[in-house]
Amino acid sequence: MLLLPKKELITFLIFALVVLTMPIWLIPFGGAYPGLMQKFAIFGLMAVGFNILFGLTGYLSFGHAAFLGVGSYTAVWSFKLLTMNALPAVIFAIIFSGLFALAIGYVSLRRSGIYFSILTLAFAQMSYNLAYSVLTPITNGETGLALTLQDPRVLDLAFAERGAGLPPVTLFGLDMAGYWGFYFTAVILIIGYFIAQKIAVSPFGMMLKGIKSNQNRMGYTGFNTKPYTLAAFVISGMYAGLAGGLLAVTDPLAGAERMQWTASGEVVLMVVLGGIGTMFGPVLGAWIIEYFSNIFSAINEGILHDVFGFLPTSVQDFIVPILALFVGEGWELTLGLMFMLVVIFLPGGLIEGYRRIMARLGGDRENGKSDAKQPVAEKAEDE
Amino acid sequence: MSTAKHNTVLHVADVHMRFGGLHALADIDLEVEEGKIHAIIGPNGAGKSTLLNVCVGRLAPTSGAVVFDGQVITGMKPHQINQIGVARVFQTPEIFAELSVLENVMAPAFAKRDGAFKLNFMKNLARESEIREEAEHFIEDVGMKAELETPAGSLSRGDKRRLELAMCLIQHPKLLLLDEPTAGMSRHDTNTTIELLKKIKERGMTKVIIEHDMHVVFSLADKISVLAQGRIIAEGDPETVRNDPEVKKAYLGGAHE
Ligand SMILES: Nc1ncnc2c1ncn2[C@@H]1O[C@H](COP(=O)(O)OP(=O)(O)OP(=O)(O)O)[C@@H](O)[C@H]1O
Ligand SMILES: [Mg+2]
Repeated sequence: MLLLPKKELITFLIFALVVLTMPIWLIPFGGAYPGLMQKFAIFGLMAVGFNILFGLTGYLSFGHAAFLGVGSYTAVWSFKLLTMNALPAVIFAIIFSGLFALAIGYVSLRRSGIYFSILTLAFAQMSYNLAYSVLTPITNGETGLALTLQDPRVLDLAFAERGAGLPPVTLFGLDMAGYWGFYFTAVILIIGYFIAQKIAVSPFGMMLKGIKSNQNRMGYTGFNTKPYTLAAFVISGMYAGLAGGLLAVTDPLAGAERMQWTASGEVVLMVVLGGIGTMFGPVLGAWIIEYFSNIFSAINEGILHDVFGFLPTSVQDFIVPILALFVGEGWELTLGLMFMLVVIFLPGGLIEGYRRIMARLGGDRENGKSDAKQPVAEKAEDE
Repeated sequence: MSTAKHNTVLHVADVHMRFGGLHALADIDLEVEEGKIHAIIGPNGAGKSTLLNVCVGRLAPTSGAVVFDGQVITGMKPHQINQIGVARVFQTPEIFAELSVLENVMAPAFAKRDGAFKLNFMKNLARESEIREEAEHFIEDVGMKAELETPAGSLSRGDKRRLELAMCLIQHPKLLLLDEPTAGMSRHDTNTTIELLKKIKERGMTKVIIEHDMHVVFSLADKISVLAQGRIIAEGDPETVRNDPEVKKAYLGGAHE
């Protein structure tokens, strides 16, 4: 309670529990394997950080994939030059993406609104193109940056002989490719979420909301809004860089495509889908999008036939081709439809939907209290 | 002009403001004395708000300078001007619609205490009890104690204006600029606001007030400047201005338009 107000502390603890029990509750969804759960944690983190900028200040960046990319490259270089330990890799990822965000933010924040968005988009596309061309010595161009047998790894090799194959990424001996990798990213997501919550309830967070609400008034009130927005930009860039570093931790490979504008757009979708400016919304959005792109995209007609095996063949032959449009390669169609529905009917994102449902249930309960107590209590227990 | 007894807090010196062909302010020279309430009156479109815009850094004058407290403030950023002691209530309320009434008033208190920028993101807003109590006090002063947690955007126009007044007062500015602070208020609220403004006058805060309501003007002002078509056509104490033939003409002309 010293660290967060009570209400926020409770949501934080629930959040931590939900993240750490992912290997259990994802089982019925067919997603409880480390690779997907790592992505859940990593993109959740990216979305949480993005929301600090977009959700609090209202500045919509279309270039955050650039920071993701910088984080990945930095982490892989840390593996190549220093050590396969994950910790220095993510720390360097945060530092370098932060510096990068400082430079891009400094210039982009000279404008606001759509011009700001376009500037960030331009910078990110520039970074993407540079990674492919001029910066090939650093990024290894199209092939992508990977570990090699000749990497210096000065810290590791000072204490041990060079092994036969490529070494795995570790955290003081724990292999980061499997479940330990998930728990590492999960703990970082929880820490990142905590910090984001602290920011949201701090005076600094209130100033950011003030900027979103009325930037002019902030000026006449005596605030220099530029350093506030720049700080928010850099912090969210560091979150993105950290996410990029973690991607490299779970799979030590960095390619320029990570910086492409579609990747920048994806995080915007995550935040909007889940709920702009809410704490859990962005994470939820990230999870849903990752789930769709990993699980839905893997469903094919064969699987659908299995699922609907209990139906007569003629009905199956009718239903399956229609549903098939929405799964497999068509997963983006489903996502797009869902996105449209959310934006039209729930402009506050899925979190708003949840709130409306809770409000309705709460209302029912209030009404129910007067006429029938018993059934309502039972209903509550069922939930 | 200033005598030994009175210090000039604000001096608008030979200010011109042109918008394309429109000469919105023409050769404005205005001195506001410390601790006084200086009213600016004039018909619609006279340039009153434009004059305040020049004073708070929203507009850079085409020529001329504004001196506040011995410092040239033309060319300074709005936040710099606020930080040295100028606060303003706008004609169309400028508030943080998404924030609560309490937060709206706490924010300017932070600006006053911590300066134009402070990276205090690990502090807890709920634990800033000093600022919170001060904000509550000022909200009570403007009679909005019941609305502490209300989102400011859902307030009535008159309440938004009172809120904005509290946002300015909590900063204890040396100079308070008020652009029609009672517009949109009921008679009763107007009277409470006048009482409040009188009370702050006793605390020695200098004020420039733009007002259409002559009842307000004559019950508050120590000095009145009359603006018409970008020029000051009359100036002096309320009695002098009331009887000025130029003023009568400008007002009658304005009323018939
Ligand atoms: N930023 C601007 N760009 C162009 N014209 C402007 C601008 N601001 C004000 N004007 C014009 O300058 C003139 C003076 O406007 P101003 O708002 O200062 O009048 P006012 O005396 O405050 O009137 P009111 O009593 O209606 O508030 C008007 O004709 C207005 O249209
Ligand atoms: Mg005006």
